[in-house]
Amino acid sequence: MKYMLLIHNRPGFLDELTEAERTELFGDVDRIMGELTESGEMVGGQALADPSTAVTVRGVDGRPVVTDGPFAESKEQFAGYVEVDCASVERAVEIASSWPDVRFGGGVMEVRAVMQDSGAEM
Amino acid sequence: MTSRVVEDLLRAAAPQVLGTLVRRHGQFDACEDAVQEALLAAATQWPAQGVPEKPHAWLLTVAARRLTDEWRSESARRDRESAVATAEPEQVEPEPGERGPDGDDTLRLLFLCCHPELSAPSQVALTLRAVGGLTTAEIAAAFLVPESTMAQRISRGKQRIRTAGARFTMPAPQERPARLAAVMQVLYLVFSEGYTTSGGDALQRTDLTAEAVRLARELHRLTPGEGESAGLLALMLLTDARRAARTDASGALVPLAEQDRTRWDRTMVDEGVALVTDTLAHHPAGPYLVQAAIAAVHDEATRAQDTDWHQIVALYRVLSRVEPNPMVTLNQAVAVAMADGPDAGLDVVESLRSDERMTIHHRWHAVRAHLLEMAGAHDEARAAYREAARLTTSLPERRYLESRSARLER
Repeated sequence: MKYMLLIHNRPGFLDELTEAERTELFGDVDRIMGELTESGEMVGGQALADPSTAVTVRGVDGRPVVTDGPFAESKEQFAGYVEVDCASVERAVEIASSWPDVRFGGGVMEVRAVMQDSGAEM
Repeated sequence: MTSRVVEDLLRAAAPQVLGTLVRRHGQFDACEDAVQEALLAAATQWPAQGVPEKPHAWLLTVAARRLTDEWRSESARRDRESAVATAEPEQVEPEPGERGPDGDDTLRLLFLCCHPELSAPSQVALTLRAVGGLTTAEIAAAFLVPESTMAQRISRGKQRIRTAGARFTMPAPQERPARLAAVMQVLYLVFSEGYTTSGGDALQRTDLTAEAVRLARELHRLTPGEGESAGLLALMLLTDARRAARTDASGALVPLAEQDRTRWDRTMVDEGVALVTDTLAHHPAGPYLVQAAIAAVHDEATRAQDTDWHQIVALYRVLSRVEPNPMVTLNQAVAVAMADGPDAGLDVVESLRSDERMTIHHRWHAVRAHLLEMAGAHDEARAAYREAARLTTSLPERRYLESRSARLER
């Protein structure tokens, strides 16, 4: 089963960390990515540029209206994702729980199953 | 010589060559890599240059050479000072008797690749590569993961085999039933992965179905006394026979009751039905065999309304005895509804309500929705279809369930 681990965090939280904390955080990310590759569970992942560089397209009266900045106004912003192929949702949650953004800077991980293109007739 | 013919030849030769090599040198791990390289070399050379006169010997020679090269570079790494003189291997051919009785190697390999110490994804990947002769890239594409991920599953599997001290031998008699069950489970997993596909990448993935059927056929041939091997093959044939009818032109799922049965593959149905009938007469009814028997009853009905539901109910009763599990009970509910009316079926569905695994599963809601619709309770049916659509992680299933719900809108 494939799951997306969606990483949300507070923009700029990295700047508030000490150098040692930042090193630890990036080290953790590298280690987890390495472990997921090693275990054959890694499908892919990307980090996104700062939300202040985002461009948002909204439908207004049926027409697209383009504005600068992210669409959501929440404190945490979507920062990137990791896609894994693992045995259970429990395992996906376990991976998400180990993600360093949760420990530093009040990051939020959202675990969502990825829809498959296969299905059983009923 | 088309590459398709070469491919078939290579896939069939893969386990034989690997078996000979492992028997001669030990080290399943290194031998498997060497055979994979020999297969890749053949796949590029043979279509252009023609198949060698003795393909098996050719593969064995190339694989043995790769193995020697590998050992030589390894020992060179260990000791660069001393020149290791290893003679270039001559043309290698299996000694008479070295190949053992036909197919035993394939069976040993299946047992080894499906060793209980391996995780399910590793079992699947290693079986397809070592026994099926597929490349890592092909397996990765079929399971929609990066090639590096699949390569890792294969090497982890081999590592587990090494640390578990698993040998290239037949399991002890007392272990055999469990080990055989593991092999069958892996083959069925491969089959389902290919069969349930209905996307743009369907071509690559339905290849898995053909591969699973081929390996199940091989397993059945090698274990003639096992009713479940026959059952597994029959179940695959009787299911795969319906493949052309299970989706419409747009790729949407078509339920069994609405399928155009003229599009079912009669040859497969006939082979499957004959296999079930013959096996049931001589063997106890195991789970695969009973499921095959149920599929046979469906496949024998030329129109949906001709289906012998009472027989299917009876078979489900047998199945829930040999393999009691809530999913079997859920399927039984549909049969009961068809035989005795929707209320009787809904009673069975309700009996599972206290099982949390069921109520978070879309299938439970989907079955309930169907039976409520049958009973004329359209509002409740619509709500149940929506709940099922919300819970499924399959796009075609969601689309199907949403359209069933929409049909009931007033």
